[in-house]
Amino acid sequence: MINRYEVYETNQMIEQENLDVRTITLGISLLDCIDSDLERLNEKIYKKITTVARDLVSTGEAIEKEFGIPIVNKRISITPVSLIGGSACRCSEDYVTVAKTLDAAAGNVGVNFIGGYSALVSKYMTRSDEDLIRSIPEALASTERVCSSVNVGSTRTGINMDAVRLCGEIVKATAEATKENDSLGCAKLVVFCNAPDDNPFMAGAFLGVTEGDAVINVGVSGPGVVKHAIEKMRGRNFEKLCETIKKTAFKVTRVGQLVAGEASKRLGVPFGIVDLSLAPTPSVGDSVAEILEEIGLERVGAPGTTAALAMLNDQVKKGGVMASSYVGGLSGAFIPVSEDQGMIDAVKLGALTLEKLEAMTCVCSVGLDMIAIPGKTSAATISGIIADEMAIGMVNQKTTAVRLIPVIGKDVGDTAQFGGLLGYAPIIPVNEFDCSKFVNRQGRIPAPIHSFKN
Amino acid sequence: MKKCVITVVGKDRVGIIAKTCMYLAEANINILDISQTIVDGYFNMMAIVDVTNTDKEIQDVAKELEELGRTIGVSIHCQREEIFEKMHRL
Repeated sequence: MINRYEVYETNQMIEQENLDVRTITLGISLLDCIDSDLERLNEKIYKKITTVARDLVSTGEAIEKEFGIPIVNKRISITPVSLIGGSACRCSEDYVTVAKTLDAAAGNVGVNFIGGYSALVSKYMTRSDEDLIRSIPEALASTERVCSSVNVGSTRTGINMDAVRLCGEIVKATAEATKENDSLGCAKLVVFCNAPDDNPFMAGAFLGVTEGDAVINVGVSGPGVVKHAIEKMRGRNFEKLCETIKKTAFKVTRVGQLVAGEASKRLGVPFGIVDLSLAPTPSVGDSVAEILEEIGLERVGAPGTTAALAMLNDQVKKGGVMASSYVGGLSGAFIPVSEDQGMIDAVKLGALTLEKLEAMTCVCSVGLDMIAIPGKTSAATISGIIADEMAIGMVNQKTTAVRLIPVIGKDVGDTAQFGGLLGYAPIIPVNEFDCSKFVNRQGRIPAPIHSFKN
Repeated sequence: MKKCVITVVGKDRVGIIAKTCMYLAEANINILDISQTIVDGYFNMMAIVDVTNTDKEIQDVAKELEELGRTIGVSIHCQREEIFEKMHRL
């Protein structure tokens, strides 16, 4: 039987160390909504989402109360819209109507984000893909809950540089379209390499074409729990440190597995995966940077940061895989700057630079995330940063992503405010040497040699 | 059998267990195991209960116990046992 200390430990994690289930994401396939008539398409999409996700929020809340564990977000991911809209949408404006439909459906069922306003263009773009990508600035400016992503490369296909160039322009245009809110639109736009099909975390969530009609994916988090556990390991060797991180990741993931199972049973939707990511929030004590500092860095960004992060990421995965029958998504340590108080402080002090963050993305779970850059940064430079990050993903056979916010009207020394879980960020300096001749070359970067595994 | 874990933490006073148990008895919830200590003047109780036969929803039991806790100045939590079981047992 469960003893007092175990109960105390669990409740301590929840109450003092910010252990939570970060998100229950219901994936909904919209493939059966495809129609050649735009109005009918929008109707079908609205009906499907509001029917399948009707009980999502109330079920999440019931589980939350019964188990006494906070479930912070309830969200929806859908089939990439470029695949659904191809037949009905003749231009970018048509796609914007779909974005508005998604926003209304998400509002109706009470979720805070819906992800999947996406295109998968790792090799080439179809006309439909391009129309969707070009509609992103207006779609994100005229909706509240819609999240967008574009997959522009993979280890198997190489990098679609035409899409990378276009995405640089789109990021810039999205920033312009939402400049009244510190270019907030860009916080809902992710450019991926090797995007996973089953990622429950926004803004990059979408339901892959390999998935079924509906699926429940759960994201658990607990940087505060890991930090608290390793506080007891000060001065101990790496073996002890790693062992502690692994055990903690195991415990955290078990909670995710439990919640995922319950949600799946109650909603009558199959369980997909648990994503065991350390996802920070702007509140103190819920920071990945603080874990790295606890491991022994004066500030995150100091020499040793990449090694410490690599170790942390790996131990989180190792602890998590045994705790759940299916682990997927991104699973590791997220390093979004604006959502992590420790990262924000390190940028302010000059300890953490864009270049160091890029190095860290080689070993963390995703990529350059929630980084505010000067609004004057050119589209070509943004494309250059995206291309660098995609190359890291392609060569290392990992998921990488870019979520940069060129904050229009602000420069180094200013701060951008995004609000809520998205936090705030000091503007980070960007290397100003030009890369436009490189970015303006047409075509693709071929797949690397080690992609030929057949 | 469907089990819950009830934890009560707060400043010690007369009647904490009595009031909590009274509520459980009225809700037809059976106590399987109960232990209590005082740490630095703070009351600390844990009970494992069987909620199979109660007519109430567990989330309502949790809410009502929380309210009861507020009236007697302690914090009461009621959670399904699985969350502890999953985390601490293989």
